Amino acid sequence: MVHRYRSGGYDIVLDVASGAVHVVDDLMYDMIGLEEEHVPRDEIIRIVKEKYKDSYSDEDIADSFSDIDELTEAGQLFTEDVYKDVVVDFKKRKTVVKALCLHIAHDCNLACKYCFADEGEYHGQKRELMPFEVGKQALDFLIENSGSRTNLEVDFFGGEPLMNFEVVKQLVAYGRSREKEANKNFRFTLTTNGMLLNDEVIDFCNAEMSNVVLSLDGRKEVNDRMRPTRNGKGSYDIIVPKFKHFVEKRGDKSYYVRGTFTRKNLDFYEDFKEMADLGFTEISIEPVVLPPESEYALREEDIPKICEEYDKLAADIVRRAKAGKPVNFFHFKVDLTGGPCVYKRLSGCGSGTEYLAVTPQGKLFPCHQFVGIDGFELGDVWQGVTNTEMTNEFKCCNVYAKEKCRDCFSRFYCSGGCAANSYLFHGHILDAYDIGCKLQQKRLECAIMINAALSDN
Amino acid sequence: MKRVKTLTAGTLSNTVAKGGCGECQTSCQSACKTSCTVGNQSCENKENK
Repeated sequence: MVHRYRSGGYDIVLDVASGAVHVVDDLMYDMIGLEEEHVPRDEIIRIVKEKYKDSYSDEDIADSFSDIDELTEAGQLFTEDVYKDVVVDFKKRKTVVKALCLHIAHDCNLACKYCFADEGEYHGQKRELMPFEVGKQALDFLIENSGSRTNLEVDFFGGEPLMNFEVVKQLVAYGRSREKEANKNFRFTLTTNGMLLNDEVIDFCNAEMSNVVLSLDGRKEVNDRMRPTRNGKGSYDIIVPKFKHFVEKRGDKSYYVRGTFTRKNLDFYEDFKEMADLGFTEISIEPVVLPPESEYALREEDIPKICEEYDKLAADIVRRAKAGKPVNFFHFKVDLTGGPCVYKRLSGCGSGTEYLAVTPQGKLFPCHQFVGIDGFELGDVWQGVTNTEMTNEFKCCNVYAKEKCRDCFSRFYCSGGCAANSYLFHGHILDAYDIGCKLQQKRLECAIMINAALSDN
Repeated sequence: MKRVKTLTAGTLSNTVAKGGCGECQTSCQSACKTSCTVGNQSCENKENK
């Protein structure tokens, strides 16, 4: 299967199963399409000659066939998807836990209107903070269940994790104290709304957190509409100076300023510009995921406008990079040469198996988005995973288990999409959230186009 | 190759033999939390380098 598309003035061909990416001219672009449809070569010659008249010579056409043959021979074009057999072994695999999302605070000091965590209450759970003992047990559970994995990831999440900063510090110290004897390397990360940032917190995070995610929705009016404080005031003026200070002190360590766009700001390229112009160079803006009845939820009819914004954003990324002031957009990053292996691409995020969420009470869920949903509790940090029926279901969650993914060109880049989104829209984890799929496809196209443009100097 | 510029020759099938070590980052731990993207991640398997 090949995916051909035109973007940013480039004719791009993605050979889906091999991951090869080619930039071609109009003639070759058409010929590859016709070859894939098994049109006989003499007929292809007739079609392209009629279409392009004298623009291409017989030699050009012959060279194109020769290139097509060479690429096919080299396994870079029309490559067959032979990974289904890998999945069979895959289901039998023994999984280990390698990442935890620690819900260190089921409470929040903002009242964001799209919050899937219900401002920390997660489907009616009470507001509370995780005690140190629970977090400590969670880290022990992770070490004990991580097999031979060296790198262990722990994200401090909420609610707002800085509402429980003392416990964050204690847990980082505890994790570090166990690294050597357990032969593990903890990668701590923290997601914050910024309200409680100060120099002590910033210095601690810059020393200990391998990545920080700083929540900001872009323009002041957009951010303040969606991310008000609990008493209804805007958060922009409080958090932006703190984020700028944080990032200045962070040096070259990883961070993301992360926003969410909703139906109310479909022109989110303007929010990207705001963030970039504030001096942030690592930016992520995600589509909101809400049930269709929400006034903020994205609708099918919004897709063309969103794709237009992605095009503008991609062109801007190219412009900024060529001007020597590069800005990274999370969803446009694609590692074309050193990306993940097939196993990772088939199994995706690892929710419910390699990646679990821990509530303040120590309960385990498949991921942060499933916390508090009936039937998804997997066990706790003392007993471990006891709901093995549920984890087996997640274990089988892969690209080939999803009907919609089988013929999608993006399947090895999103790995079948988000299980929680599938559950939200279809009531089970083996489907795919259709709007999310279309946006993912568009983002992949933009990401590859950016690679093409930046290699074209 | 006269009429093609190949950005990447593709390495997916090569990773079947040596892949699966699991040392790479969990995708939702980065910056998404509401979607699933793996194509932007890097392989951390030293044997594949």
